[in-house]
Amino acid sequence: MNAIFGKLTLEALPLDQVVTMTAVGLALLAALGVAAAITYYGRWYWLWAEYITSVDHKKIGIMYILLGLVMLLRGFTDAAMMRIQQSMALAPNPGYLPPHHYDQIFSVHGVIMIFFVTMPLVVGLMNIVVPLQIGARDVAFPFLNSLSFWLTFSGAMLVNASLVFGEFAKTGWAAYPPLSELAFSPDVGVDYYIWSLQIAGVGTLLTGVNFLTTILRMRAPGMKMMRMPIFTWTTFCTNVLIVAAFPILTVTLALLGLDRYVGTHFFTNDGGGEQMMYVNLFWAWGHPEVYILVLPAFGVFSEVVATFSGKPLFGYKSLVWATIAITFFSFVVWLHHFFTMGAGASVNAFFGIATMIIAVPTGVKMFNWLFTMLGGRVRFAVPMLWTIGFIVTFTIGGMTGVLLAMPGADFVLHNSLFLVAHFHNTIIGGVVFGMFAGLNYWFPKAMGFRLSEPLGKASFWCWLIGFYLAFMPLYVLGFMGMTRRLNSYDNPDWQPWLVLAAFGAAIIAVGIACSILQIVYSIWKRDELRDHTGDPWDGHTLEWATSSPPPIYNFAEVPRVTEIDAWANMKVDGGGMFVRSTPYYDIHMPRNTAIGFLIGIFSIGLGFGLVWYIWWMVAVSAVAMLSVLLYRLFWEDIAYIIPAATVKDIEMQRLEEIGQS
Amino acid sequence: MTIPLDLPEAHSVHAPQHPAAAVDDAELTEKTVFGFWLYLMSDVVLFATLFAVYAVVCRSYAGGPTGRELFDLGFVLAETGVLLLSSVTFGFVTLAAQENRKQAVFLWMAVTFVVGAAFIAMELYEFNHLIEEGAGPSRSAFLSAYFALVGTHGLHVFTGLLWMIAMIVQMARDGLTAAVHRRLGLLGLFWHFLDVIWIVVFTEVYLIGVL
Repeated sequence: MNAIFGKLTLEALPLDQVVTMTAVGLALLAALGVAAAITYYGRWYWLWAEYITSVDHKKIGIMYILLGLVMLLRGFTDAAMMRIQQSMALAPNPGYLPPHHYDQIFSVHGVIMIFFVTMPLVVGLMNIVVPLQIGARDVAFPFLNSLSFWLTFSGAMLVNASLVFGEFAKTGWAAYPPLSELAFSPDVGVDYYIWSLQIAGVGTLLTGVNFLTTILRMRAPGMKMMRMPIFTWTTFCTNVLIVAAFPILTVTLALLGLDRYVGTHFFTNDGGGEQMMYVNLFWAWGHPEVYILVLPAFGVFSEVVATFSGKPLFGYKSLVWATIAITFFSFVVWLHHFFTMGAGASVNAFFGIATMIIAVPTGVKMFNWLFTMLGGRVRFAVPMLWTIGFIVTFTIGGMTGVLLAMPGADFVLHNSLFLVAHFHNTIIGGVVFGMFAGLNYWFPKAMGFRLSEPLGKASFWCWLIGFYLAFMPLYVLGFMGMTRRLNSYDNPDWQPWLVLAAFGAAIIAVGIACSILQIVYSIWKRDELRDHTGDPWDGHTLEWATSSPPPIYNFAEVPRVTEIDAWANMKVDGGGMFVRSTPYYDIHMPRNTAIGFLIGIFSIGLGFGLVWYIWWMVAVSAVAMLSVLLYRLFWEDIAYIIPAATVKDIEMQRLEEIGQS
Repeated sequence: MTIPLDLPEAHSVHAPQHPAAAVDDAELTEKTVFGFWLYLMSDVVLFATLFAVYAVVCRSYAGGPTGRELFDLGFVLAETGVLLLSSVTFGFVTLAAQENRKQAVFLWMAVTFVVGAAFIAMELYEFNHLIEEGAGPSRSAFLSAYFALVGTHGLHVFTGLLWMIAMIVQMARDGLTAAVHRRLGLLGLFWHFLDVIWIVVFTEVYLIGVL
């Protein structure tokens, strides 16, 4: 049996755990419901041909965002479970989650939120927007883009598989050794952690290479670096960080894996292992990672604030240089995650000061956004509300960050709920708000119709109020001495604050419900919300120069750029892209392919086999992945032509639509 | 810097060469080489991390053997010579490809493969020898880092060998097409890159190790 199933036995199924089985049941029910709906509407082939095998950056972006939103539901459910547990678990009440389960929940919550919610949302927006903003027809390597998505998807599915088969890590999202070593975590949880992140990490690294090449090599004629839209700039810096930081995570997880699978001594207690080396390596990736997430959000806010203030962005150059400065400094602050390591006063002082210095370019950006609004005609549309909510919230989060950057203060607050409040303050207030702003802003571009305003506003207010109620109490609790990751506690003074935090989480839940409702309602009312012009917000950048959704080739004629806000200038000059004089040409596009999808699916088998020591599955999956890749390289026809006549038809239809509206 | 905007003529990538295809291939080659170069830079970070890990634990012997006791510099020097030789022979592949001499490309590719395989064989021999002496990767943190670093380099070389087989098959099938030229170029970058990494391995691990 071992040869067939490895370590996997019937005991690995959580048949006796009511909470887990309910979750599994609900997830299966939801999946069945979606499958039934697709069958009922006869959309399987459409799904395959238009999305699963697509190499179109816009479709891939939509899939990334869908993945991020679905995983947000799971990540948030975990958060809600923790809030409920902590609001109950004042001794002698043990709460409803045993430590074994609770520890998995806080670990998986962090992993999902970082890797499978915010990363897919960020990369999804990048996919939809960047090629359009630089006037390109696609990314540099469309097939790799599809592969990246499916590897990310597979990583997420592997995490979800741990819900049913075995368990997830109980180590926290950073999986510090020696706890994550085989001696102390002998079950499969950490292995799920390692392999899901390795698989998704390869996808992310390919994304980094792809977008750097795209931005550096495929900009429209005349678009110099200093004329790129800000979102493209921040995406560029994010991808620099991805290429420079993700290999560190790959090595770190590989070494932890070697410790667990081969018996090496990188991070073990014995044999000369060095636990703090893991912690250093993890944060040498982990700190750049937080900027990988937040820089694109800064880009979104920059686009939104300029568009909805009806002005060009204030201080374009200073914002670009601030972004570059942050990119650099993000690599020299990692030690502030563990001042308590005991590196000594000088080392701690260096990293403390470097950390505080990062606040300076970030502050510069704050003033860029504020001065853009100053004297502008500000429209309080949904993306703008998220932006203003961000400016206030992120400033608070930034200040608590500077506070934590002081080693002395950090020794007191390290590992407390103050820290938890701080990083949620910046990640929710920064990245999540940014992604919602971006989603509302670019949704009409990707889908062809706007999202409902009233529901969007309801979602924003619930999130904003819910956020403050859920996380401000955690700052207080941090000062009261409550450490993070507690399953139960015996200090009655803490409980009221934890109940308040749970209440805040409930309001965020309403906000999430409003967002789902917003999307569903807008799909239902899509004809009323249709964007006929392709430029629903009076935008400044090139993505608004084409139709919504754009044709597969994005631009029939590649735009020529002379200034920063290319599209705003075209509109001022009169007509812009709406007027055409040149003849239409054939357009050369990459052909759809199933190979990215297949490699992704086989990588789930590879990961699952490695987790459970099912070696035949590992071998079969690896051979299958290699085989389809070779098929791609040797036999697949990778390109096709859209004839000029078809291009002309599509463009004429669009001009007619603009004329009618 | 920018892409050709509107291609005047339709074609499929497998269609015979004509002017539009030539423009397109040049553009694709430029982009692909650039992207591959970026990938190599990420590989530099990967190796840099492994070098850093090795530097941290290279004296953590846990009572086990040290580098001075284990490493046979003469053998490693020969190993180094073999790998560098394979870079030279790959240089001849590149020259022959530029002159479109298909037979010569085959010949030098085969020579490079054999020399590269010899390097892998020597490395496996060395690993086996160490493990037999009780100096395997689980003996100490020093040996863990040694096997991880040198093994990762070896894995890259092995991947390069598989890539060569694929190239030989593709050349036999298609001849020296634009795609073959492009992939030969990438393989060349990869192969020489591994030489550079090895020079650092040789210095940091072996030369400093026996001090």
